[in-house]
Amino acid sequence: MDFVFDNNVPIYIQVLEYLKIYLISGTFKCGDKLPSVRDFATTFKVNPNTMQKALAELETMNLIYTERTNGKYVTKDIKLIEKLKDEYAITLAKSYFSGMKRIGLGKADSIKYLEGIDE
Amino acid sequence: MELLEVKNLSKSFDKKKVLRDVNLTVSSGRIVGLLGKNGAGKTTLIKLINDLLTPTEGEIFVKGEKIGVNSKKIISYLPERTYLNKQMKVSEVIEFFEDFYDNFDPKKAKRLLKDLDLDINQKLSKMSKGMQEKVQLVLVMSRNADLYILDEPLGGVDPATREYILDTILSNFDEGASVIISTHLISDIERILDEVVFIDNGKIVLQSDADKLRNKEKSSIDEIFRRMFKC
Repeated sequence: MDFVFDNNVPIYIQVLEYLKIYLISGTFKCGDKLPSVRDFATTFKVNPNTMQKALAELETMNLIYTERTNGKYVTKDIKLIEKLKDEYAITLAKSYFSGMKRIGLGKADSIKYLEGIDE
Repeated sequence: MELLEVKNLSKSFDKKKVLRDVNLTVSSGRIVGLLGKNGAGKTTLIKLINDLLTPTEGEIFVKGEKIGVNSKKIISYLPERTYLNKQMKVSEVIEFFEDFYDNFDPKKAKRLLKDLDLDINQKLSKMSKGMQEKVQLVLVMSRNADLYILDEPLGGVDPATREYILDTILSNFDEGASVIISTHLISDIERILDEVVFIDNGKIVLQSDADKLRNKEKSSIDEIFRRMFKC
């Protein structure tokens, strides 16, 4: 996967978004050990300090935790991940509806469009 | 103790002031972009830090010690122009570096050259400018240094190779080491920077954490630079 960054937004915030999606989608599951900061930085092609900052943010949100001298792990609390997923889905849905509203379509019509789309 | 401290540094060539009262501190483990227009004083500052020019005023300390023989051992410097003998083969240049620097890792150099599809049996004079620049960068990044100073490492290479070079820089500087990169190709490089230093007309006009600056100005470093130095 190639990571695309928008230079107008702090890079660590964009890395954080990618990490959240990793957790939501189950790329890294509850209790999984995460790659080291340096390995992660190489994958994302960002500076290790930027990576560290994004991971620290994730840790503040209790989504990951550090086992001393042993590395970082995904939280064992599935509820936290589900909550994250829920929040993310709501944001996506809201942005869909607000886009539809801009072209004059209400909620009911918007849902009809959704149903008409094959996955 | 800071890795690099530049204190009240000024440099004049004859009567022309090229650097004016520059103060700069770089800590360990940082990637710093030294950004400025052509002729702003970037290369002069870099040459002074490498002890290749004598300051008119001021002092430079590396790991708390005044620059000199010891600082040269721990700074790996990529100059703007190559100084290598072009009649040498790449393999000979590797031997040359091995003789010259205790902290040079020839295995690493060979591995990186292979990754970049460069033939170590080729003479530098038979290589394109871009290829020569890659060789030079590989040599510099293959030293286990505390401070890497790269003067315009992207100048002569195409955009696709620029990406590769940035990755090479990112994945090859030692943990705890710092990198100073001078360039005017800001948009290519800004994603890997921790800190930016804007230099204009021989003065440092701004030093900031890159993400903080983006957040504050709500735009890219490139955009901020363009706005600040509009002709």
